[in-house]
Amino acid sequence: MKKHILASLAVVLMAGNCFAASAQAETTTIRMVPYADLKVLDPSFTTAYITRNFGYMVYDTLFAMDAQGKPQPEMVDSYKKSDDDKEWTFTLRADLKFSDGSPVRAADCVASLKRWMARDNIGHAMTTAGGEWSVVDDNTFKLTLAKPFGLVLDGLGKVSSYPAFIMPERLAGTPATKPLTEVVGSGPYLFKRDEWVPGNKVVFVRNPGYVPRKEAASGLAGDKASHVDRFEWVILPDSNSSVAALKSNEIDMIEQVPADFISSLRTDKDIRIGVISRQQAYMVMNQAFPPFNNAKARLAVAHAIDQNDVTAAMGYPDDLRMTYCATFFICGSANETDAGAAPFAKPDIDLAKKLLAESGYKGEKIVVLLPTSPSYLNAATLVSIQAMQKIGLNVEAQSMDFATLSSRRTKKTPLDQDGWSAYVTSAAEFNVDSPINGTYMGASCGNSLPGWPCDEKLDELRAKWIGATTPEDRKKWLDQVQEQAYKTIPYLPIGQFSLVYATRKDLKNTDKLWGLPNVWVLDK
Amino acid sequence: MEYLIKRILAVIPVMAVVAVVVFMLIHLSPGDPAALIAGDYATVDDIARLHAALGLNEPLWKQFMLWVGRLAQGDLGTSIFTQVPVTHLLAQRVGPTLSIAILTTVLSVVVAVPLGVLAAHLAGSWVDRLVMIFAVLAFSVPVFLVGYLFIYGFAVKLQWFPAQGYVSLSQGVGPWLSSLVLPCVNLALVYIALLTRMTRATVLEVLHEDYIRTARAKGLGVLPVLRHALLNAAIPIATTVGVGIALMIGGVVVTETVFAIPGVGRLVIDAVLHHDYPVIQAVLLVSAGTYVLINLLIDLSYGLFDPRIRY
Repeated sequence: MKKHILASLAVVLMAGNCFAASAQAETTTIRMVPYADLKVLDPSFTTAYITRNFGYMVYDTLFAMDAQGKPQPEMVDSYKKSDDDKEWTFTLRADLKFSDGSPVRAADCVASLKRWMARDNIGHAMTTAGGEWSVVDDNTFKLTLAKPFGLVLDGLGKVSSYPAFIMPERLAGTPATKPLTEVVGSGPYLFKRDEWVPGNKVVFVRNPGYVPRKEAASGLAGDKASHVDRFEWVILPDSNSSVAALKSNEIDMIEQVPADFISSLRTDKDIRIGVISRQQAYMVMNQAFPPFNNAKARLAVAHAIDQNDVTAAMGYPDDLRMTYCATFFICGSANETDAGAAPFAKPDIDLAKKLLAESGYKGEKIVVLLPTSPSYLNAATLVSIQAMQKIGLNVEAQSMDFATLSSRRTKKTPLDQDGWSAYVTSAAEFNVDSPINGTYMGASCGNSLPGWPCDEKLDELRAKWIGATTPEDRKKWLDQVQEQAYKTIPYLPIGQFSLVYATRKDLKNTDKLWGLPNVWVLDK
Repeated sequence: MEYLIKRILAVIPVMAVVAVVVFMLIHLSPGDPAALIAGDYATVDDIARLHAALGLNEPLWKQFMLWVGRLAQGDLGTSIFTQVPVTHLLAQRVGPTLSIAILTTVLSVVVAVPLGVLAAHLAGSWVDRLVMIFAVLAFSVPVFLVGYLFIYGFAVKLQWFPAQGYVSLSQGVGPWLSSLVLPCVNLALVYIALLTRMTRATVLEVLHEDYIRTARAKGLGVLPVLRHALLNAAIPIATTVGVGIALMIGGVVVTETVFAIPGVGRLVIDAVLHHDYPVIQAVLLVSAGTYVLINLLIDLSYGLFDPRIRY
């Protein structure tokens, strides 16, 4: 009798699984564990990558970077610029429409771009160059500049953060201080708000109104039409659980695999591992207070830290980390350069001690903020602290969760009033791969970035790079920007590593993933 | 009835104290939701603008009064991050948490009470020792460890049950049960251990009472005697079961995290990590209210087990 009861129960449960599976089989669905939970729906309200990624699912951009990092027209059909580079005219592709059914008009683009310019570094620089947007007709709009600006297309196709997403004028008109909660875009997917369970699941379905380009998908450019009906982000905060779910075929992809799991997943014949993004770990030193208000003290730290030690401590396998990267702008990117880097190729403790002494440092306490998570930042910070101690810095490591660190670093106060001296964080390639995309490299004097970097010469050189309209000129100024950066250390890159995704082997086109989850390329 | 009204009225000051303590604790702890929303690359000015936009610049007493005012109108507030009403967030999470709480409780009672009675009846025998060894083990081994072992064995290797996630009852009883088997069995182990020990101890005590000896002397069989003993030992067992339900409704964070169940526990932990004040305040208040209510129900249930108890 007992056996019958158990057998019946097993049949009911297994039948349940079969019914669920057959219901899912009617539509093609890809289930991915994103690196974080989606909290904010407005991509112009936060620099969080997860919200940017959400933006790419539901919104479209006028231009988009292809796999070679070149901006290509996306919503734009054609464009022309005046001979003096001061007037740009853009014409939209025909039949583009938003998810609420309304057509995409030039007025929507202009309103969206104005919202973007209020937020973004390139947008700010465009404003400084006298950039003004205006509507010509329903399909055409214009940018007028007071002086040539070499980054118009790069800005419109900027990957991160903030991309210039296009939304209806009525939403784009919302003040930038108020988060948008209504999601109306013309991107490849529709956001299923009714199925959104914050902290658990975000659901997208194919946008039937999306008008793809004829060109094949490349990077974020080209045809972005989804190959599957439905895309789910499954939020699994525990790495063990997400790896188990991938192995048992309950999910198709993990966007970022923690370093500890990479080796074991590589041995699983059903799992594929690949690089999704290059990442730069960097140290921010507080330049508003001693000792790091003196460039010599910052240079001392730059000579003390061994990038190989940092990336090794993070736990990434050897093929996913660099022992040394000379550039501020991501090794392997179009802007990679070794200008000014030669003296820093190997740690020089004696030189570091000498520079520290010359800076006037007398052994005062400094406070380094130590994040308890994520583990790779914890490790990178600990190794950096060790290097700082080696040259005689009197370091007090203050351990805290990342939420507290995020708040604490905004305090521009002395150490005895809750201030700080340094912290370590990391950025994805698109946030550091040029003198303007880099948050710290792109920050001019008078900025309010935590750390408060200011180097007027760097500002001048950056402005020249931005104004350069030929590749040769741009390269020349890029090198000079980096040479100057190595003299004053606005922030300090301490190691480059690669984040990896993991998918089931039956997921197709994973080789087309590019820097972030451009998941429309995927198929089952 | 008078007792009931008194108890319900007594809830008001308790909840008021909870509200004040929760509000102050959360707002005085370090961390800033605006800095988290703004992201890693935001400037101090960006964060300051967010502060103003979210009303976090207001004095604490004003924020508290605004919260209490909205609470009086039944409005639990809106998540600072998602801009979703907290009632909606809670409604999404109650289903999984209640499912876990009910199934785990039923499983625990069904297994633990007979096991405890059996151990008491055969006290000192190898059966009793075996039951006690099981109880100690189930109580001592960390829940997350057993959870991972379950996932590895039953989800990854045997593929009998899903490794993660919750399927709502509206999608069918089979999938719903299937998604709950591993987390509920995992969680129930602790409660089974606790209840088994509790049942064994109380029943054993009752079995030594004079009236049981009298019942046995009158020739009553083993089962009626044990039933009689169990009823007399029911009050502490009911209290333990009730407290267990209350704790589970407040959220079982570890189990919910290991099995990726979107319950109240994960909601509150996530809110705490992000300093999402309205969510933390609402969930803690609702949990405290539930705890008080369940305690009241437990007290009232004593009358069912022991007719001598009247309020």
